[in-house]
Amino acid sequence: MILLDRVSKIYNRKSTAIERINLHIEPKEFVIVVGQSGAGKTTLLRLLTREEKPTSGKIVVGGIDYDKLKDKDIPLLRRKIGVVFQDFKLLPNRTVFENVAFALEIVGVSTKEINNTVPRVLDIVNLKNKSDNMPYELSGGERQRVAIARAIVRQPKILIADEPTGNLDPKYAWDVIKVLEKINRFGTTVLLTTHNQEIVNKLKRRVVTIENGKIVSDRTNASYRL
Amino acid sequence: MKKSMITFYRVLKAGFVNFFRNLSLALPAVAVMTVTLFISLFLYIANVTFSNTITQINNKISITIYLSDSVTSTQLKNFEIQVKGLPNVKSVEYISKDEALAIYKADNANNQNLLQAVSETSNPLPASINITPVDINKIQDLKNFINQKQFIKLQDKQLGISYSGDRKQAIDRIAKATSVMREAGLIGIGIFALVSALIIFNTLRMAIFNRKDEITIMRLLGAKPWYIRGPFVVEAAIYGFISALISVAVIKFMFTIFSSSLQASSLGLLDISYATKFFNDHFWILLSAQILIGLLLGILFSIVATARYLKLRTSK
Repeated sequence: MILLDRVSKIYNRKSTAIERINLHIEPKEFVIVVGQSGAGKTTLLRLLTREEKPTSGKIVVGGIDYDKLKDKDIPLLRRKIGVVFQDFKLLPNRTVFENVAFALEIVGVSTKEINNTVPRVLDIVNLKNKSDNMPYELSGGERQRVAIARAIVRQPKILIADEPTGNLDPKYAWDVIKVLEKINRFGTTVLLTTHNQEIVNKLKRRVVTIENGKIVSDRTNASYRL
Repeated sequence: MKKSMITFYRVLKAGFVNFFRNLSLALPAVAVMTVTLFISLFLYIANVTFSNTITQINNKISITIYLSDSVTSTQLKNFEIQVKGLPNVKSVEYISKDEALAIYKADNANNQNLLQAVSETSNPLPASINITPVDINKIQDLKNFINQKQFIKLQDKQLGISYSGDRKQAIDRIAKATSVMREAGLIGIGIFALVSALIIFNTLRMAIFNRKDEITIMRLLGAKPWYIRGPFVVEAAIYGFISALISVAVIKFMFTIFSSSLQASSLGLLDISYATKFFNDHFWILLSAQILIGLLLGILFSIVATARYLKLRTSK
């Protein structure tokens, strides 16, 4: 599902974000990427969403070879990947419903279908009753669940979550993780980056540890270790 | 509904929704555009009125034909009769050489040098025929008639025809002044247009800059550039539309209120009653033009202003 082959990202001579990373993630896997700030986690994810181009190496996601991807087709790629950000990135002037609906609107889904799908997805993240609220009226955990709803509403094969719990209280953090697990059970590949030791230990999943831009360990059914 | 229709409808709707949800950002933009469009329209009407005044002055011209000394009285009689027969001639007045000299002497009674110079030689002044037209706008027909071959030879070779008669100097001066003022006005309008365009552009850019995060989010969700840009363009077009309406309404209000009190007066070369008449006669055209300009400015500037946030190219 996700394949990185000797991928490097070098900003300049002094700053190498990622160095010769090899990573292969199977469909329906739940992979946690851990590492300290500055280790290269975010760069890795930005390469996957094509916000940045690798300096060298090959990236294939969901059958799309990034070397052959034209700039104008980047929107099409991004529609296939669901992304959840640490800072939520909700549209501030739109209601919860509209935020989730937006992901469907841009791919031209009919209004009828949107009205059917969005409440169902809001139900999955337990936000059905907040549908008409504006983002600023929600708690952090609720906002993050809106962001997750938005990321999964198009039923992507891959969900990338960049420290989705980084800004949340532990209580809310676990709500978010539970939603991610639920989505994974439905068959979506999940790539999660986190700092949170407790979450990693509880999840018991494949853990990839990055240090100074390199993968230093890749273990299944693992607990947190830096 | 076809997919492209759905998209178009959604972009349009988002534009309108955004306009109302971002009123605090919309107000300054609308205010700036309104002021600019108002001043532009005002300048335009002032310019038209001004031009009209100049035309009016230029039209108050009588035609003086200076005659060659060799013209016989028969030729003169013949010419006078023919000119009088023209429909557009109010009166024809013949001024002989002697009369011309008398007038000249009377005009320059205080200038002894000139008087002496004139009396020392034989009378240098030509006889002339002064024609006053009925309709000043049809003066061209008269000119054409007079410039026929058989009449050209009657005219004094050096002086020929003067279209201003006694007021020549005054009119020359006005013409000079007006051409300078017209040029200055054009340059002024040009500079104003440029500066105000920059201000409008900057206001829109600020409004869009405030929401650049929104653009980033949309991009990350895989929205195509035009899907992101569309609502901004619609929003800016609404600004332009509203500004155009307000600017025309304010001018309409101004003319309604002030023209009644200033009816008879005119401010220098600005003839208020003519300006009012021009505005009322062309109301719908002016309104449409303002709306068109407002829409175009909004659309064009928002397209340019959003461009920098919509680059799809990824950093290397």
